[in-house]
Amino acid sequence: MALIRKGKSFKWHRKHLLGLRELSAEEITYILDTAKGFEQISTRSVKKAPPLRGKVVVNLFFEDSTRTRTSFALAANRLSADVIEFTKKASAVSKGETLLDTARNLEAMGIDIVVIRHSAGGAPKLLSRNINACVINAGDGFCEHPTQGLLDVYTIRKIKGTLEGLKIAIVGDIAHSRVARSDMWAMTKLGAEVIFVGPPTLMPGRVSELPVSVSYSLDEVIEKVDVINMLRIQFERLGGNPFPSIREYSHYFGLTVDRMKKAKPDIMVMHPGPINRGLEMESEVADGRNSVILEQVTNGLAVRMAVLFLVNQAAAQGV
Amino acid sequence: MKVILNSEQIEQILEDLAGRIISETPGELDIAAIGIRSRGEILAQRLSALLSQRLGKNVPYGTLDITLYRDDLNSPQGTGQPQVRTTEIGFDIDDKIIILVDDVLYTGRSARAAMDALIDLGRPKAIKLAVLVDRVGREFPIQADYAGYKTDAEPGKLVQVNLVESDGKDEVVIE
Repeated sequence: MALIRKGKSFKWHRKHLLGLRELSAEEITYILDTAKGFEQISTRSVKKAPPLRGKVVVNLFFEDSTRTRTSFALAANRLSADVIEFTKKASAVSKGETLLDTARNLEAMGIDIVVIRHSAGGAPKLLSRNINACVINAGDGFCEHPTQGLLDVYTIRKIKGTLEGLKIAIVGDIAHSRVARSDMWAMTKLGAEVIFVGPPTLMPGRVSELPVSVSYSLDEVIEKVDVINMLRIQFERLGGNPFPSIREYSHYFGLTVDRMKKAKPDIMVMHPGPINRGLEMESEVADGRNSVILEQVTNGLAVRMAVLFLVNQAAAQGV
Repeated sequence: MKVILNSEQIEQILEDLAGRIISETPGELDIAAIGIRSRGEILAQRLSALLSQRLGKNVPYGTLDITLYRDDLNSPQGTGQPQVRTTEIGFDIDDKIIILVDDVLYTGRSARAAMDALIDLGRPKAIKLAVLVDRVGREFPIQADYAGYKTDAEPGKLVQVNLVESDGKDEVVIE
């Protein structure tokens, strides 16, 4: 079939998606283009297509997650894969089994793709070196959350057409945010300018080595950006007292209705969820006309279908 | 390289196909043309224009991407890595006569994939297959309802359909 297919000769060759730092702009664009073809599966009468039929996907989540885990499960289901849910609490991990032992045991049952979330940075990479299945990083420590980065740039590209030349602010707890890192890699590779905004206590170490500029004042930045991504304050990760009070944080770094008045009229407001309403963002802004927060969730499904499809394709062709 | 169809012949074939489709389809039924990416898409567009003109009513056309339905996706012998593209069908296919359009019918595998893809979109009244070139070499029990030029080109050869919209000129060649 397809004897007359010409077109670009780009070939996807990765059977793991560990992070966006290692991807080229061309690879990122290829994933986004592929995701476009998956969007309509979710809107038609039969919300399922057969490319992963007979494949087994394991959701191996060592940290809590609702959105990402559900999104991956649904994406795999829509591609006709069988999905096994594995959570730390209900497994032998609570009996002391190591990550590699858990994964090898799952692999012995014949799984094809592992979607892993782990509190230790580098866990997905370790896994990919030790098992034959495809590995997709669903968030590792403070390192990367590549599918979130992809769905963010997908959403921006869909609305703005391109990332080239856009100014994007990522605001809040940058230090503890793997989303900020994956966003930064994807956005800058696609030609956007990224500004990290937050109090000095929530900036990552050696931030000057990253391809971003830094601002400690949201008021200075808000007027000039095309996109603003408000990160969640992750109370579960914060040690010490990074800011004096929630009220003070909100006052300086919250996206309020008043602050929005200074922004460009077509500014895109993003948030990776779950939102602390009234803290990093006022409800009126989260539900306002500039907010694309729910579109991010919808697009996440298409992006994750594309990633599952591509890693499986690479594996099928013997990478 | 041998030219088997020139642009006038391609035009004539499409006219003939349109005439046969109309004569065999009861007038009260709605027809739509859906092309398989990528050359089938262009042919479906042309066919829908001819059908619309002759019937005096709009015959919509759409584009079907069959990548996710291919049977060689998980085979190491697959024909390389197909890029997933969008399916663009802006109308309801339920209860319509769907003219599925492709440039070349050869093994029948694309047509099989296309039928599976279509049925996931709805329940047409019927699916009819129309192709510009009908080439010997079927691997599935599938035949065209409306076939243009027939060829028994040997297995190693490439039957290439070039169209103005994608390739600059209308021509079918055997390489």
